[in-house]
Amino acid sequence: MILPYILRRLVFLPLTLLLVALATFVVLRLTGNPVDIFLDINRTPEQVEALTRRLHLDLPIPAQFLIFLRDLLHGDFGESLQFSGSAVDVVMQRAGATLQLAGTALGLAVVLGVSGGIACAVWRDRAADAIISSIAVAGQSMPSFWLGMLLIEFFALQMRWLPTSGYGELRHLVLPAITLATILLPNFVLITRTSIIELMSEQFVVTGRSKGMSHGRVLLTHILPNAVNPVLSFLGIQIGTLMAGSIVTETIYAWPGVGRLLINSIFHRDVPVVEAAVFFIATTIALSNLAVDVLQMLIDPRIRRA
Amino acid sequence: MKKKRLFGKRVKIAVGGTLLTVAVLCAIFAPLIAPWDPDQQDLMARLKPGFWSDKAVAGHILGTDNYGRDLLSRLIYGSRLSILVGVSSMLLSALIGSTAGVIAGLKGGMTEQTIMRFADAQMAFPDILLAILMVAALGGNALNLILVLGISRWMVYARVVFGLTRSLKQRPFVEAATLYGGGDFYVMRRHIIPQVAPVLIVVATLQVAQMILQETALSFLGLGLPPPAATWGNILAEGNTRLFIAPWIANFAGLSIIALVWGVNMLGNGLREHYDPKLAER
Repeated sequence: MILPYILRRLVFLPLTLLLVALATFVVLRLTGNPVDIFLDINRTPEQVEALTRRLHLDLPIPAQFLIFLRDLLHGDFGESLQFSGSAVDVVMQRAGATLQLAGTALGLAVVLGVSGGIACAVWRDRAADAIISSIAVAGQSMPSFWLGMLLIEFFALQMRWLPTSGYGELRHLVLPAITLATILLPNFVLITRTSIIELMSEQFVVTGRSKGMSHGRVLLTHILPNAVNPVLSFLGIQIGTLMAGSIVTETIYAWPGVGRLLINSIFHRDVPVVEAAVFFIATTIALSNLAVDVLQMLIDPRIRRA
Repeated sequence: MKKKRLFGKRVKIAVGGTLLTVAVLCAIFAPLIAPWDPDQQDLMARLKPGFWSDKAVAGHILGTDNYGRDLLSRLIYGSRLSILVGVSSMLLSALIGSTAGVIAGLKGGMTEQTIMRFADAQMAFPDILLAILMVAALGGNALNLILVLGISRWMVYARVVFGLTRSLKQRPFVEAATLYGGGDFYVMRRHIIPQVAPVLIVVATLQVAQMILQETALSFLGLGLPPPAATWGNILAEGNTRLFIAPWIANFAGLSIIALVWGVNMLGNGLREHYDPKLAER
């Protein structure tokens, strides 16, 4: 029952990636003259010629795209211009750091956000709800990079408890993970709150209460299991936000991940690495969404039947 | 029995509207309000703190930056760009998105599939990533920023408008209008747009907040307007490199951004409760 669905989704995965490839190609190759975009003013004729040969700029555009796709299928984005080695290797070396940061942040955001949302729904329209909901709305207005700076100012510069940047130990991960988690946290609070409040007026919940079940029991056995799915599908949507947020967070804390690599490579006009990094981010999002969908099917038999 | 909410919609609209009005007035009358020229350098008064410190230099209420430029004046001028880019890119994406949404909803079939699947595909791609790539390709100036941000968010409107149009199309009054010989354009103007407008206003208001945040994020990454320009994101990025010696630069820039964005969010939430009372009861 589940296997055919997964297979069907896996068929669509290359299609999604093909669209990503097309978008990357259009944006980086067709919005201007690639020679102007990728080489600076001090370019030599040799550099222009090398780039023309590398990107096959002398061929018609459809042919360029086909060559781009062929290289893509081989996992070949070309050699990095600023590091030694292939662009894929350069990106994969930093993939671990990004996944570590994004995973920790997602875990934090889900645990804290769902708890906060449950608290809001249970004590709805009381002080706790008003305070948590207001903080959540304020949190949605907070630029994450400013929060990052405030955390550095306080915990790193004034209290000297944690390092301002760096990588490797747990203490390096704390501030970046909190910063990135805060981007998602308010949304998880609000979505959990709304889902639970909606479930509270469902008939099976009312029945449970009138049978004499306690508030806590109804919450645990009737409401929470049904609230898992809306939160999960929201989580799927948020993976994109998470990966986008990691670009900014990595830049603030000099975290050696793919996001910071992407920004640096844009400034160094390192096209192969830019393309590989974009592709890595898009693939991560597509695969995570697939995982979320499969998880939803495992949890909720109603989706399986549909 | 319904309990009274701590913050009613009136309070939200009033607070949010006031903050937005103040910011818009600052932006319009920047040359009159700002005490200094935002680009005027004074290398003798570099990185001086503001009124809270006894090391302050007279005339610079919020202190100065690395080139001795007046921080308050730069923030006032910065509001111009944030609001201009935020509102213009919202208008652009609302225009593209709602046109695409109405067409998809009215036409159906292949047109609908093409437009909406395209919207889905773009939804799966982080908007800031697309914006980063496009700015890198096109170069950062105000017009490009508006263009890039506008294109990166059109599908938000397309989805909302599409859903509404499709359900409206089946309502008797729209069917009647079609049967009387009303063309697509007539139905759109007379029956669809008036119904969609309130929802669109709410979505658009909340999107302005998102656009302002995106613009500051791009500036912060160094992909906004080139540095001498006084934008909030640029000021914040400059402050980031001097957090230890001059934390006030980043702090005041951050405060300006959060005040405006929070105000716009409040206004949007208040408007949503006004137009959709069912939602406010939750």
